[in-house]
This record gives sequence, structure tokens and C-alpha cells, in this order.
Amino acid sequence: MPRLGTEQIIVLLLLLAAPLRAETPSPLARLKTVGREGAGNVAASRAWKEVVRMGPSALPAILAAMDDADATSANWLRTAVDAIAERTLATGKPLPTEPLEQFVRQTRHASTARRLAYEWLCRVDPKTPDRLLPGMLQDPGPELRRDAVAAVIKEGQTRLDKNDKDGARAAYRKALTGACDKDQVDVITKQLDKLGDKVDVAAHFGFVRQWLLVAPFDNTKDAGFNIAYPPEKRVDPKAMYKGKKNAEARWANHTTASPYGVVDLNKVLGKQKGVVAYAYAVIESPAERPVQIRAGSPNGIKIFLNGKEVFHVDEYHHGMEVDQYIAKATLKSGRNELLLKVCQNEQKEDWAQQWKFQVRLCDAVGAAVPYTPIAVKTVNPPKQEEGKP
Amino acid sequence: MRKRAWSACIPVAVLLLSAAIQAGDWRQFRGPGGSAVSDETGLPVKWSATENVRWKVELPGRGVSSAVIADGRVYVTASSGYRQRRLHVLCFDAASGKKLWERQIASTGSTMCHPKTCMAAPTPITDGRNVYALFATGDLAAFDRDGDLLWYRALQRDYPDISNQVGMAASPVLAEETLLLPLENAGDSFALGVDVKTGRNRWKIPRRRDINWVTPTVTHFHGKTAALFQTSGEITAYDVSNGGILWSYKGDNLGSVPSPLVVDDLVIVPGNPSLALRVSEGDKPEVVWKSRKLAAAYASPVVYKGRIYGMTGIGVSCLDAATGEEIWRERLGNGFSASPVIADGKLYVAKEGGDTSVVQLGDKPKILANNALKEPLLATPAIAKGAIYLRTDKHLYCIAAKK
Repeated sequence: MPRLGTEQIIVLLLLLAAPLRAETPSPLARLKTVGREGAGNVAASRAWKEVVRMGPSALPAILAAMDDADATSANWLRTAVDAIAERTLATGKPLPTEPLEQFVRQTRHASTARRLAYEWLCRVDPKTPDRLLPGMLQDPGPELRRDAVAAVIKEGQTRLDKNDKDGARAAYRKALTGACDKDQVDVITKQLDKLGDKVDVAAHFGFVRQWLLVAPFDNTKDAGFNIAYPPEKRVDPKAMYKGKKNAEARWANHTTASPYGVVDLNKVLGKQKGVVAYAYAVIESPAERPVQIRAGSPNGIKIFLNGKEVFHVDEYHHGMEVDQYIAKATLKSGRNELLLKVCQNEQKEDWAQQWKFQVRLCDAVGAAVPYTPIAVKTVNPPKQEEGKP
Repeated sequence: MRKRAWSACIPVAVLLLSAAIQAGDWRQFRGPGGSAVSDETGLPVKWSATENVRWKVELPGRGVSSAVIADGRVYVTASSGYRQRRLHVLCFDAASGKKLWERQIASTGSTMCHPKTCMAAPTPITDGRNVYALFATGDLAAFDRDGDLLWYRALQRDYPDISNQVGMAASPVLAEETLLLPLENAGDSFALGVDVKTGRNRWKIPRRRDINWVTPTVTHFHGKTAALFQTSGEITAYDVSNGGILWSYKGDNLGSVPSPLVVDDLVIVPGNPSLALRVSEGDKPEVVWKSRKLAAAYASPVVYKGRIYGMTGIGVSCLDAATGEEIWRERLGNGFSASPVIADGKLYVAKEGGDTSVVQLGDKPKILANNALKEPLLATPAIAKGAIYLRTDKHLYCIAAKK
């Protein structure tokens, strides 16, 4: 048997190790394998330290790894970015600002990663917002876009302070094209209103205003939440159902005038407790596309799109706000059916009487998606809020 | 033989060393063992935004969580940004207030809550080596003292039916290397026992479906380490090792915010009325006394030298722990979201408007000072190594007498 020299042994070992190396995922890949209930945490912790040791030159690569990371893995990666950047600056070394700025400008990257890079750039160069925000009014990242909108709102206020009403109106209109968050839209529309420029807020947000409503189905002891009443199987606008205590339940049209698409069921259907209502809308989408169905309600709700449940929450009377709940779904090209189940419980306290909802259709950043409401005929007269013609 | 003798000494030495290291720390919500009592002395009685302030730092966001302090480091959490979607864990040098590190997490759960609270509501906890930070969003992260991420959980992704639109706020506690997480809510309601080393579940037990904010209390019953979980309808002692029920007591109008406490062989259950339970050998709780003088709303009562001090709507009540008899009461104003704490025979009561009342305890109370910071103050004060740490909406103050 021939004897091997040292060099031959090293080469042999390298050759043997090569397949192993090829099969060992990179630390970035390992950080993305964490699963539910902490599965993979121990391996991820080791990988996290390896990632941090990669140093500042690896920041763009680590940020890019967030592109296809789920929310859990993205937070592992985010903290690694923070640790590297913080420790780099603490030792007086620079961050790779040019690659980071390029990264921010590339909208194909995850919006959370781009925002993270932006914030570190802001820390080392306070002029970063002046340089980057003007081009971000339509940015796909909610946080960058929000800051860009804020800058234009500020410009509108500056114009107003100089009594330049036309300039202010133009600035607020420009800001509105990017605004998706309620607080910013409120500021803009209030100022535009003062300048004589009315905004259709519900249309801006994509709130669904035209509904068919039916009630009352039984929700005694909250049991109705998990009972699939007939509308969950098929919506027949001309149907008459036997509801709670054999009450007749028939579909009726209702169009809300609320700028935030609020349908107050107590006012439209009459105050009832321990009941379920359904709200049904048909919309036409010009194309197949991902959609966020964003809802608000102080009641237990379920949301169905084209017969499939896409969201549920079984909680009562703990507040309601715009975009309180987000369901991710896909709109078909053409006709889509949206069904909402709105459950009212039997609590007697003054603060536990509301029965209402609001729904809007938007993209991931919160901008309304294009759709056309389709009128659905029923055999019953439309329902108005109490006291309204 | 000699070797065996030394071996037997090692655990004792470790315990003594551990106690020495822990002395003066404030490692969790309401300090040592959740008692809200510190051994520290020589603390300032009077202060303002400028007087007796060793240091003050601006925080990146709101928090009703308290600071925790161990081994010369102060840890605090905050939430910021639109809809509080950004969560922060910060570490400061206790001596200078210098920021040592900050880590941020993007919230993965619902951020809706009552305007009084925020996502940085649960107080973090440290075992002296690592810090464990839970947020109202269900985001839970463990960092070592230098800010290295040890593990992370997104609990609302693990359990999507967690639902509390008022905002979760109960703090995690530690027992035997198990992190106890009260996740009681209107949806998927449960408590978790999590391995501090890995962040993985040791056990998961169902809890009553209702929103609740009680931080559990760790104690011992008949040789077993137990965690007391309380809701408005019951208090239950769980075996920390496996999540099994040791005993349970059902009641009405028990507190859904303040924590229970243990005084000798009594379990004090805050509520309206508050109760004192004695748990017999057969794990059967019996009511020893009831009192409406301790009608706790948000603040947890504190026991000191056989007396219970609890906030009412307008001040503080002092009760005999053994009998429940009221000894005295004192008006202090209102707005008690924070829990009172005790050190050096004085009660420190933080109020929502930013004042902290200092009350000398005794057979009759004496108000020594009302110290104004003029900032919203909902977090329970922390006391460690001669300093009082006050976390307002915008700042963290280290209050200490000048040396």
C-alpha cells in the first residue's frame, strides 16, 4: 500500500469535505429555516452569530436575504443587521453607504429590508431623507411611502403659511396620491376641504359601500359564530330564511354614506342582541390580483371571498378602527363575491352595544385596488339608517 | 471522602454567590420575586426632572413596561412608529446611562390596543445573563447581555387566534429555567412554559377565554414550585415543572390586572372583594378573610412586615395581612396604573400624571414628598443599587442621591 504525503492527505481531506461544504446551507439560509413554536431556534442562534461575524460588507446580502424570509426569519435577520451596524459604528468604522443606498432604491427588495437600510443611512447621514424621499411617494414600502407623504404634507403647510393657496392645494393633492394611512389622509382631506377641494374619502381608501344585508340568525351564547347559516353555503338575494326565533330574514340593499365605509347594523337593521348578520357585496376586478381585505369591527366577524373563508376573529366590544384586521386573498378577474358574517353577542353593558363593520379592498401598501361594485337585485326595499330618507 | 465533602459545598457556594450577585438587582416586573420590595437604602426622597437625576435618556417610543436591572445593566422596551409596529429592546449602562445596545423587531401580531397602553406593555425579565422581552404583539425575544439574539418567537404567528384588541400587558416571569408566559385573551387563550435556553415550549395549558392582564406569581406549595395564574373568575396554581394543576379556586370579581401575592401561608387574591386563601396539605384553598378595603383596579398590592398596602381609587390602604383588618388609609390623589413599590420603609407610588408620592410607612403614614416629572408615568418604578428607575412615556430616569 503506497504511503500518502502530508499534501496528499490535505487534498484528500479537502476533497472529502467538499461535498459536505456544498450541502451545508449558508448561515443566512439557516436563519430562514426557523419554524413554528421555536423549531430551529438553537441552530438559528448559532447561524445568527456567524452572520454577525460577516461584518458590514455583508449588510446588503443580509438585507437581501429578507426578500423571501417570512416574518419570523426576517426579525432574526433584522437584529443581525442592527448588531453589525451598531458595532461597526461603535468602533469608528464606516457603513457601506453606497451599496446600502442602492439597496434602498431597488424596489424589488423587501420593503422592511429597504426601510432598515434607509434608517441606518439616516443615522450616518441626516440628509438622506432629502435625497431619497422625494422619489418615494408611490413607494411599495409602507414606511418609506409614509415618510414621503409626510414631507409633501409639510410642503403643503409651508405653502399655506405663505398664503399660497394654489401651491398648498397642489401639494396636498400630490400628497393624497401616495397617502394610505388614515391619520395622513385625514390631515390632507381636512386641509383640502378648507381650500374648497372635496375628496371622496371612501373611494380613496377603497371602502365597499354597497351591501346586501340579512339578519337575524341566532348567536345565543356566541354559538352562532361557528354555525354555518345558509348564506355561507350560497347567497340567494331573493331567499327568505328562518332566522332566530323563526323571524323572517330577507336580504335588503344598503349603501353607506360613511366616508370610512362604516355600516352601523344597529341603525340599519334595528338593535338586536345575540344575533348574526351577513353582509354581501359583488365587485368586478379588471384583473386577477392579490388583494388585502382590511376590515374593522367591534364584533366577532368572518370574511369569505368567493365562498372561501379568508379571515375570522371571535372577539367582542374591544374597539374598532380602520385596517384593524387584514386578510390576504386573491381577486379573480371579473366577478367576485364578498361575504361578511358579523356576530353580536349578548353583553348588556353600555359599552357592549355596537354592531357594525367596515371593509376596504387594497394592495399591500394600503392603496385602494381598482374594482367596480355590481348592483344586486333583491325582492325587498333597500334599508336606510334610522332617521334617514 | 474529602472530594465528596467539597462537592456538597459547591451548590451552597453557587447559591451564595448567586444571591450576592442578585442583591440589589431588580430583574422582573415588581422586582425581587415579584415582591415589589427592595432591600436598598439611602434612596432619594425628593426629586424633580433635574434634581437628584443621575442620568436621563430619551427613549425611541412609548412603554408602560418597567426597566429591569442586573449586573450593572438596565434593560427597557419601547414601541414606536405608525400603529406601534416597531418594537425596541434597549440596554443602558446603569452607572452612566450610556446606551450599550438596541435591537429592533418588526411586530408580527396585532398592534391595536386601548390608548392608555401600548405594545411595550409587558415588563422584560432578566436572569442576570440574558434578557427576555415579550411585547403585546406576541413577539418574544431573548438576548444576551451584549445584545446577541439567542432566540425569537412570533407567538401570534404560532397561534393566529390570539386576540386581545385592548392590548396584552401581563409580564413574563421565570421559574426553574422556565419562562412563564400568560397569554390569556379573547381567542386562543393559554399559558406557556418556555425553555429559557431554546425558546421552545415545555408545556402549553388552556386558560379561560377572556382578556386578562395578570402577571403570574411564583411560589412554593408542599415542595413544588408553583405559578399562580389569576383571572376575574379564578386563581389556579400550576406545577411549573409540567403545567399540571395543583389547586384552583373559583371566585367572582377577582382582579384581572393586579397580581396575587403570598404572605407566609396565605395567598392574597386582589379583587373586589380581595381574598386571603390558605391552601391546606390536600391542596384545598379555604377563604381566611375577605375585604373590600383593597379594591384593586390596576395596581398590584405589596406586602411588607406583615401588612398589605394596596391602591384604592384615591389613595393607599394598609391592611393586616393575617386578618384583613384595615389599619389605616391615606389619600394620594388618583391615576394609579403603576404598582406601588417599597424600599427602606417607604412606599413609592407613581401616578399617571408623572408624580411619585413617597410615603413613610408605620402605624400612621406620613407623606414625605410628591415628586413631579410632568410626563405620563404608567410604568411601575424599579429600584436597584441605590437608584430608582422611572420610565415615563418619553424618558428613562435614573433617580439617585448625589454621592
